[in-house]
Amino acid sequence: MSETTASGAVGPGASIFYATEEPHPDNGTLLGFWIYLMSDCLIFAVLFACYAVYGGSYAGGPTPGEVFDLHGLALNTAMLLFSSITYGFAMLEMAQRRRTRTLAWLAVAGLFAVAFVGFEVNEFAHMIAEGAGPWRSAFLSSFFALVATHGLHVTSGIIWLATLMIQVGRYGLTAENERRLSCLSMFWHFLDLVWVGVFSFVYLVGVLR
Amino acid sequence: MSGAPEDQGYQSDPRYLHSHEGTPEPEHGTLRGYLTGFVLAAILTVIPFWLVMGDVLDSAAVTTLLVLGLGAVQIVVHMVYFLHMNSRSEGGWNLMAMLFTLIIVGVTLAGALWVMHNMNANMMHLPPMGAEEMLHR
Repeated sequence: MSETTASGAVGPGASIFYATEEPHPDNGTLLGFWIYLMSDCLIFAVLFACYAVYGGSYAGGPTPGEVFDLHGLALNTAMLLFSSITYGFAMLEMAQRRRTRTLAWLAVAGLFAVAFVGFEVNEFAHMIAEGAGPWRSAFLSSFFALVATHGLHVTSGIIWLATLMIQVGRYGLTAENERRLSCLSMFWHFLDLVWVGVFSFVYLVGVLR
Repeated sequence: MSGAPEDQGYQSDPRYLHSHEGTPEPEHGTLRGYLTGFVLAAILTVIPFWLVMGDVLDSAAVTTLLVLGLGAVQIVVHMVYFLHMNSRSEGGWNLMAMLFTLIIVGVTLAGALWVMHNMNANMMHLPPMGAEEMLHR
C-alpha cells in the first residue's frame, strides 16, 4: 500500500505536502466540551439503565399511572423545546454580531428554562406531599435520581446563562464570549435531547406499563 | 502501514493543509435549519403524547414501541438541527467521540437489562403481595 502511495505522489514537478506537526482542530475548546457532554451522556445512560431495571418495582406503592401528570409534562416539554429554539435564535443573532438582540433572545431562553425548573420543582413537591417521595420504592428512587439530575443540569445551565449575559452585557461579543456561548449552546441543546429520552421512556412508557 | 490511510486523509483534507490560515467558522446553523428542527421536534413530541393520552391504540406494547421509536427519531432531529452534528464537524472527531459513547451506552443499557432480567428470573419467587404486608408478616 505504501508503494502505491509513493509512486502516485512522487513525480516530476509534483507538490508534496508534509504535516510538520500533529494535526489538531481549530476549535479545541468546542471539541473538548463535546467530549465532556459525551461523559455526561454516560452519567445519564447509567441513570436510565437504573430506571429501566427498577421502573417496575413499586413495593406496593404508587405506580407511574397514579403519580405522573401528563398534562403538566406536556407543558414542561414545550417549555424546554421553546427554550432550545430561542437559544438557537440567540446564536443566529450572535453570528450577525447584534448584541442587544442576542441578549434579548438569551433572556427569553433563560425564562423558559426557569419555567421548566419551576414546574418540575412543583411536580416533585406534589409527589412528595402525596407520599410518593424517593424513599417510597425503587421505582421512585430511580425516577427522582434521573429526573432531578436532569433538573440540576438545567439549573446550572441557567446560572451559566445569567453569568454569560452579564459578560456579554459588560464586554460585548468578544471572541471569548462567543466561544463560551457556543459551549453553552451545546449544553443547552444536549439537555433538551436528554429530556426527549426522559419524557418518552420514563413518563409515557412508564404510564403504559 | 496501519497509519497510511489516516495520513492520506489529513493530507487531502484542505482544513489540515491550511489549518492555521483560514480558520473555518464554527457552525451556528441557519434560521431555516432551526425552524425545520423545531417543527419536526414539535410533531415528534405531539404524536407520542397523543398516542398515550388519547389511548389511541389497543395494544400497550405497540404504543410503547412507537413512543420509543419516535423518541429515537426526535433525538436524531435534535442532533442534526440543533447540535449541528455531521461527519465534518471538528474534522470528524465529534462524530467519533459520539459513536464511541453510543457503543458504551449500548453496552451499559443492554448489559444492565440483560443481567438484571436474568437475576430476576432466577430469583426465588415470592407470593404476590405488597412489601408492607410482607414486613408485617
